[in-house]
Amino acid sequence: MTDLAESVFAETIEKDQRVEPRDWMPDGYRKTMIRQIAQHAHSEIIGMQPEGAWITRAPSLRRKAILLAKVQDEAGHGLYLYSAAETLGADRGDLTRRLIEGRQKYSSIFNYPTLTFADVGVIGWLVDGAAICNQVPLCRSSFGPYARAMIRICKEESFHQRQGYELLLTMMRGTPAQREMVQDATNRWWWPSLMMFGPPDEDSPNSAQSMAWKIKRHSNDELRQRFVDMTVPQAEALGVTLPDPELRWNAERGHHDFGEIDWAEFKRVISGDGPMNKERIANRRRADEEGAWVREAAAAHAAKQRAATAGRRGEVRA
Amino acid sequence: MSEEIRHEWPLFEVFVRAKRGLNHVHVGSLRAADHEMALHHARDLYTRRNEGVSIWVVRSDDVVSSGPGDKEAFFAPSGDKAYRHPTYYAIPDSVPHI
Repeated sequence: MTDLAESVFAETIEKDQRVEPRDWMPDGYRKTMIRQIAQHAHSEIIGMQPEGAWITRAPSLRRKAILLAKVQDEAGHGLYLYSAAETLGADRGDLTRRLIEGRQKYSSIFNYPTLTFADVGVIGWLVDGAAICNQVPLCRSSFGPYARAMIRICKEESFHQRQGYELLLTMMRGTPAQREMVQDATNRWWWPSLMMFGPPDEDSPNSAQSMAWKIKRHSNDELRQRFVDMTVPQAEALGVTLPDPELRWNAERGHHDFGEIDWAEFKRVISGDGPMNKERIANRRRADEEGAWVREAAAAHAAKQRAATAGRRGEVRA
Repeated sequence: MSEEIRHEWPLFEVFVRAKRGLNHVHVGSLRAADHEMALHHARDLYTRRNEGVSIWVVRSDDVVSSGPGDKEAFFAPSGDKAYRHPTYYAIPDSVPHI
């Protein structure tokens, strides 16, 4: 029976079909999937904070409405993903607890501060651009509910990148001080954006298994290279300099060469010691704690309504 | 899961009808205290861009589904009933409109 189930699973993967929640799957696959989807969901939820900080200070009603819609999308993306994780038997209350207690991670990028409104634009351009690079191949990920959630997310994500780039174009047409803000934000977010693709391939122990299971479709370094190649002409069009003196076109490779990423910084930030880690988690914890009475009250109200309905039905029968 | 910290609210499956004339299609799930709240949350979560004109919510624990293991028992019997398909019947090319 198990041998048969295993061969069905292997064949599903081999034929590029989707694994669905009730199918047999190896424990490792289930665990990897729950971990990856949960970390992805946590990233969306924590990712509301850096930009959320600017909603009340957006420079116009138009920008405020756009930013509000964008942050609301991030919340939605988190919820699509928690929904996908729950198809594997996870529970989102439990996953939130793991996030708050530091037992599950989220993307290192959200541990950097948003110092000016230009950061909102650069996050849309670079951070969401990198996220799109990562996420488009995940639409073909082998686990059905995850792949379907990614399709929804990718459709919505392109507005995020475009609003950011448009915001930056507008600022670049402004005063020298505004142009300086855009360059400064680019300088601060460029390297952390490259880190979003994860450690280099030779230092990414789980990658091979994830590729074999077709959870991942491309290696970290492949996707990083794709992102750099896509971004360089966008930076030129915008009129900003990417802060890497070693960045140049390599005609032989047909790709851009770029400088060494500070992996020590990446490791430090991902393991909790970035500029904003404590604040991000403290905010999430506070939101969870302050929302507890609302959730309890709603549950109590629903139970009371059910009891009342049952009572009325009882009377009719009697 | 680890220490049985379950969510306070039950899980609901959400189905959205994209436009009149189409079926409701499953889009995902969400947590809500009751059906009414589930409908409102579904509106906020799954139809932020005019994705639908109608929503169904169903408690996930009310859904009964066939398992992957039942595939043979459930669906094999229709496999050998080729005569249910129009292509099973040979009609000469000379016969029009059929």
